[in-house]
Amino acid sequence: MSVRSTLPPSSLDLKSPHPNPPPEGEANRAAGSIDAELSARRAAAARRHRLQVYALRLAFAVVWLGSWELTTRLNWVDPFFVGQPSGVVSRLWTWITEGTALGPLWLQAAVTMEEAVLGFLVGAALGVVFGIVLGRIRLLAEVLSPFIKAANAIPRVVLGSLFAIMFGLSVWGKASTAVVLVFFVVFFNAFQGVREVDRNLIANARILGADNRRLTTEIIIPSAMSWILASLHISFGLAIVGAVVGELFGATAGLGQLIYNAGHTFDVDGVFAGMFVLAVLALIAEGVITAIENRLIKWRPKQLSGEIPI
Amino acid sequence: MPSPAIELRGVTKRFATPKGGIYTAIRDLTMEVAPGEFCAVVGPTGCGKSTTLALISGLERASAGEVVVSTQPVHAIPEGIGYVFQGDAVFPWKTVLDNVAAGPRYHGVSNRDASKQAKEWIARVGLAGFEDRYPHQLSGGMRKRVGLAQSLINNPRILLMDEPFSALDVQTRTLMENELLSLWAATSASVVFVTHDLEEAIALADRVVVLTAGPGTVKGTFSVDLPRPRNVVEIRFQPRFAQIYEAIWSQLRDEVLVSYERQKHAAAV
Repeated sequence: MSVRSTLPPSSLDLKSPHPNPPPEGEANRAAGSIDAELSARRAAAARRHRLQVYALRLAFAVVWLGSWELTTRLNWVDPFFVGQPSGVVSRLWTWITEGTALGPLWLQAAVTMEEAVLGFLVGAALGVVFGIVLGRIRLLAEVLSPFIKAANAIPRVVLGSLFAIMFGLSVWGKASTAVVLVFFVVFFNAFQGVREVDRNLIANARILGADNRRLTTEIIIPSAMSWILASLHISFGLAIVGAVVGELFGATAGLGQLIYNAGHTFDVDGVFAGMFVLAVLALIAEGVITAIENRLIKWRPKQLSGEIPI
Repeated sequence: MPSPAIELRGVTKRFATPKGGIYTAIRDLTMEVAPGEFCAVVGPTGCGKSTTLALISGLERASAGEVVVSTQPVHAIPEGIGYVFQGDAVFPWKTVLDNVAAGPRYHGVSNRDASKQAKEWIARVGLAGFEDRYPHQLSGGMRKRVGLAQSLINNPRILLMDEPFSALDVQTRTLMENELLSLWAATSASVVFVTHDLEEAIALADRVVVLTAGPGTVKGTFSVDLPRPRNVVEIRFQPRFAQIYEAIWSQLRDEVLVSYERQKHAAAV
């Protein structure tokens, strides 16, 4: 996501204790008008560039979806196997207006999001707590490290079948799968974040009189926060994976179940339509996380403009 | 005669190197700093200047010998110590105000009183109006001012400074040196100021301690009998300044050469 600076560099000088005297005389006035002209020209160029990017994006989508639609219409490719954009759209429309085989679409989305959000919150909270505790207590980290590495090496989605047995069809059957996926990503980032805290900052805080509790809450956690927030971006996607996979192992509702059913009835358009809904939900969640991140670390220098907003 | 503010008696500090060897940073170092004295420590690169400060501050323990601050042997960070670090050590996620107020807050002062004290100190170091800025929005010189205010707000009896101005440009640096002297004159703190810049050491200090190339130990001590208050730029034009400089440099030169030869040798191996 794009982080655009809200504070142009020039505005920093406004309050400097020794401001430059206001421009005077012919030469300065001429320089001022040249500056104004340059900045207007640069703004126009930036606008042109933005338009160009949007136009190219639109063109890309048209070529991609158009060629898909065309090749299936002309029966060069069998729409039975690859689906068809128009089919996906009409399936979505049916889901929205008449509901899915499992009930209303919003309910399926709500079920999956409930599982994903629960799993994400619990997994992230556990990851942050364990990461910080193990990062601070060296002996504990040394003792536990082989076990953690072993647990991390397991393809954890298979635990979904175990959770389905343990928790049955309840929301925790799926949320638990999301928890184990989210936990490790957040844990490793939090742990690394704690280990990477600048030694100078710790020394400074100790000299200034910070006790261990203050050191953790005021120095270690804020410093590790960039690492933790970065991991939250990745791990919400994983929470959705956990919820969807959990639903495959046993569920009565949810987008994963919807996609699973569509697959079993050879309804390729249905599979794509379910994926589309998941993608929209994931993008919304990503937006929310970015907004939270920007609030939490407003102290960080904004990235320079011109970065690619991916 | 009052007891010294800082005493190092036969102090040795060894570190374990990552390769499993032992590195001796300072060996059998003995020096004293009187209450209210401004003491500069100079020496070539790698002579254990920073280690000396770490020992006085209690951030590191001596391997042998004794470190005494205000007549108490140092086992933890002593009361009344201030430390200005070489690099940036202000907290990037705190505003200028919260950075400066950190010390009093850690000592249990209420938020309101801490903010009030912090505002006074921010004004004293010339940053009034910048209370709500974050460190990344400030220049290097301004961040150093924040660091100074952050240390001085705790009213340290002992102020340790580790090449605090070495990263600044020359103009900012002389400005900061003069401001340090006027801030220090208003306190009764003892200062240990580590630098590799002999001119800076003489311009600021009452006494200059020369360390040998590592492992560091005291090679010589020189009184700087230049009048105060001083202007760090103008004082360099006094003939006495040149005399002192010459006397100290004749000792320091040999150590710098030793250190330089060693670095060349290390690079060649």
